[in-house]
Amino acid sequence: MSSRERILGRVRRALADVPRDDAPYERAVGRDCLREHGERTVAETVELLAENLADYRAVVHRCTAGDLASTVAGLLAARGSRTVLVPPGLDPDWLASSVAERVPDRAGSTAHELDRIDSVVTGCAVAVAETGTIVLDGSADQGRRRITLVPDHHICVVRVPGQVVSSVPQALERLDPARPLTWISGPSATSDIELDRVEGVHGPRTLEVVLVDDQSRDEVRS
Amino acid sequence: MSGTYLGMPAFPEAARTAVRDATLRGNLRHATHTIRAKRAKAVSEVSDWAALREAGKRIKDHTLRHLDRYLVQVEEAVTAAGGIVHWAADADEANRIVTRLVKETGESEVVKVKSMATQEIGLNEALEAEGIRAYETDLAELIVQLGKDRPSHILVPAIHRNRGEIRDIFRSEMSEWGRPAPDGLTDTPAELAEAARLHLREKFLRAKVGISGANFVVAETGTLVVVESEGNGRMCLTLPETLISVVGIEKIVPAWRDLEVFLQTLPRSSTAERMNPYTSMWTGTTDGDGPRTFHLVLLDNGRTDTLADEVGRQALRCIRCSACLNVCPVYERAGGHAYGSVYPGPIGAILSPQLRGTGSEIDASLPYASSLCGACYEVCPVAIDIPEVLVHLRERVVQGGPVIRHGNKVVLKPAKGHAAERAAMRAAQWALSHPGALRTGQRLASRTRRLHPRTLPGPGRAWTGSRDLPEVPAEPFRDWWQRTRGGRDGAK
Repeated sequence: MSSRERILGRVRRALADVPRDDAPYERAVGRDCLREHGERTVAETVELLAENLADYRAVVHRCTAGDLASTVAGLLAARGSRTVLVPPGLDPDWLASSVAERVPDRAGSTAHELDRIDSVVTGCAVAVAETGTIVLDGSADQGRRRITLVPDHHICVVRVPGQVVSSVPQALERLDPARPLTWISGPSATSDIELDRVEGVHGPRTLEVVLVDDQSRDEVRS
Repeated sequence: MSGTYLGMPAFPEAARTAVRDATLRGNLRHATHTIRAKRAKAVSEVSDWAALREAGKRIKDHTLRHLDRYLVQVEEAVTAAGGIVHWAADADEANRIVTRLVKETGESEVVKVKSMATQEIGLNEALEAEGIRAYETDLAELIVQLGKDRPSHILVPAIHRNRGEIRDIFRSEMSEWGRPAPDGLTDTPAELAEAARLHLREKFLRAKVGISGANFVVAETGTLVVVESEGNGRMCLTLPETLISVVGIEKIVPAWRDLEVFLQTLPRSSTAERMNPYTSMWTGTTDGDGPRTFHLVLLDNGRTDTLADEVGRQALRCIRCSACLNVCPVYERAGGHAYGSVYPGPIGAILSPQLRGTGSEIDASLPYASSLCGACYEVCPVAIDIPEVLVHLRERVVQGGPVIRHGNKVVLKPAKGHAAERAAMRAAQWALSHPGALRTGQRLASRTRRLHPRTLPGPGRAWTGSRDLPEVPAEPFRDWWQRTRGGRDGAK
């Protein structure tokens, strides 16, 4: 007998007390949980996102679509970044004002090569206000998972309010589980020394989040 | 479970040594009190906490009640997404599978994400025996590994170490394993974290094989979830070419949507954060991003035996948050090592004797490592009634009876050393089923109450060493009721 059969057999014998007509998933689970916590206007939700990001030591910046290129260029310059990793589908306008050398996200790059690059600029899939979380899903404007991991400085651009949801349940609804997902809440941290939080371990030690107003762009267009 | 724990003394003996260690008690008190206040605050931010807790309980219960179906669904979904699924009935089989998979890659070192399942099966030792070096990359696991120590907490295995001890371990041991600690390393947590970053970086960047556990496996999609803080998890899950995840069969949730519950309750219960810094989710393999080969090892190792116990099976709902350790007055004083298992604290006291059976001295003593105060149940995000299971397991230890071990029904003999307890219970059973004798006894006790000693003699002495004997009333309740007709007309 294979271990698969052995384990499944043990499970079935262990569950001999469970009736055949046991409540199906929908009925057994039920759900009285809130879809979001508290009532907020769209502007307040964006404000909450900014607060919670900052609470976990992400550096938050806000700008209009027209100022994005100069904002990103300013952040890279302030950091002294000479090289910046660029996901394949990143809007070229975002880096139009930056003088840092652009390094494309290539399948062939080794981890050591990535380790020598100063910064990375990406978009995101969704941002969660209640938890101060940005989620990356590997789309063309975000690139492979490792490019937002190895460099020590990550600039993530979030279009607000379009990409912002209030809560974790709403974020899951927007995400595709088939894609590799990374949920990021502040820079890397640890609670391993005396159960107190210290920022900055293996992931990027500096996370800068640029909240760019996507409504102003629509207004310009219309 | 790991051979490291074989021959551990029973809990009372181990705890007696631990409580005399003033440094240990100071470290534990500081850490657990820090996290308690923070957890309470993080939980109070979520107005529907009670509903989330109930939902988590129901999701896990439903999954366990249909585990055979969901296991097969996981296998199908992971396979369809490009993963390879293995089944391991016990620790030895899981270790053999992982060792073989690592050998097939031709590599002799692996990087590891913190994982309770691989601790439980003693994977590092098994790999070492086959010439494969496993590097722990979680900061606390690194401290334990460098210090040739044992973990003492589910979330923070080095909780028993303070910053000064950690600095000393880094200074003396890091050079043995790779990059030495920086010169002039102090004991500030930020510097210690930096030292770990530098020490492990080269290992991450060259690693070809990563080994992890998982916090959740979603049956409908085949998605695995790892919740972490430092980024060492992301390193191990995305940089290597081969990823091997060893996951207990109880980690399954049926649907993608179920994560909405646990992603809200787990971080708040464990590190007292709204959200932990990093959560990775992956479904099989992705072309050009992350490992090209993904193995999932589904681990039983006593879980199906636990599942067979209708009272005890609720322990399998555990999501390893460690909130119960942090509030437990016994854990706070005795520390994690006294529990003789990778699962210490209240959850360990009900999990270890079920996963391993109550055959050894340490496992038979664990159901008693509690004052039954219930704080653990109160904070548990999946509402495991730990006191209920503790009492149930005490009964099993004292009375014996049929249980399932390694999938087979065996009959346990009553444990030795509980003779006085059993005699007392038999006497009580007889008295309570003979009303006449009970009445005579009660009256006699009431009349002689001035002569009763304040402490028990003989084997009862230890019990009354820290407790007062209840005072016998002047008149038995039944007599009082008959005389006053239940206190009507103000009679006393």
